[in-house]
Amino acid sequence: MKRLAIVCCGLLAAVVSSSALAIDSEPPFPDPATQARYEHLIHQFRCLVCQDETIADSNADLAADFRRQVHNMVAAGKSDAEIRAYMVKRYGDFILYKPPVLERTWLLWGGPFLFLAIAIGAVAIVIRRRSTMLDSSADDGEVQ
Amino acid sequence: MKIRYLVYALPVIVLVALLALFMRGLFLNPTIVPSPLIGKSVPTFSLPRLHDPAKSVTQNEFRNQVALLNVWATWCVACRDEHETLVQFSKQNIVPIYGLDYKDDRQTAISWLAKEGDPYKDNAFDESGDVAINWGVYGAPETFLIDKHGIIRHKYIGPLTPDIIKNDLLPRIHRLEQE
Repeated sequence: MKRLAIVCCGLLAAVVSSSALAIDSEPPFPDPATQARYEHLIHQFRCLVCQDETIADSNADLAADFRRQVHNMVAAGKSDAEIRAYMVKRYGDFILYKPPVLERTWLLWGGPFLFLAIAIGAVAIVIRRRSTMLDSSADDGEVQ
Repeated sequence: MKIRYLVYALPVIVLVALLALFMRGLFLNPTIVPSPLIGKSVPTFSLPRLHDPAKSVTQNEFRNQVALLNVWATWCVACRDEHETLVQFSKQNIVPIYGLDYKDDRQTAISWLAKEGDPYKDNAFDESGDVAINWGVYGAPETFLIDKHGIIRHKYIGPLTPDIIKNDLLPRIHRLEQE
């Protein structure tokens, strides 16, 4: 059983680590820091063909083209912000895998905190009412 | 006692609001991503012509005339579906249709047009797909409507149909021509 678990974990790790990069024709950057920056960048863009994947994970042709663009821009010495701006200018905010905080997206980002606040408020009201009910019944007991 | 009613009503209100939100989400089409290029000038580009690689097609085609740019390829099944509609539309001579042949094989594309009819005034051959990225293309077919000043005014994602042309594209073209 334990061995099976280990084999499964190994398989999972192999699947997770084998990214779509293997199909690209561009050679990796000789400088490991640049390569790491490139890989970090391609994990930030959405493949618009298979929308739930980043361009790093997707095997789609379009994702390969996007990776080539990012690769060329990194090689040309563009900054992360410039590369992001390049993609957003052409494809809109949806290209960013992590949605930016905007007026349009405040509910998305603020929603969980809003619901948390509502829940805390509801709990506070219930606790306060229960405790006043207990107090008044205790008072009643004393009086009688 | 009003607060008491509110306490019971609030979860119901929140639930109904969420359900309405999710219902709306069910009927959105996530494959249609609005283009940020609408209202902007056409991207500058220079590509070899499909039929004559020695000559080039550039953004200068989109001057002083309302025009369409249709992104297509012979490998794209939906483009094949759309093709007959484009051929019929081009015969009406309303606006010139330019083609952006996207990541295609040149010879296959030339013989396809010879066989099935060529609705295009001119075709730019984008072998690498890099120019298409500048146009924000993410899946053929896509069709851009460009005004007399070279500004992208609308984008159709997916194949054009006679119905779309009659009820949406033609009114837009008439409006742009009167500007």
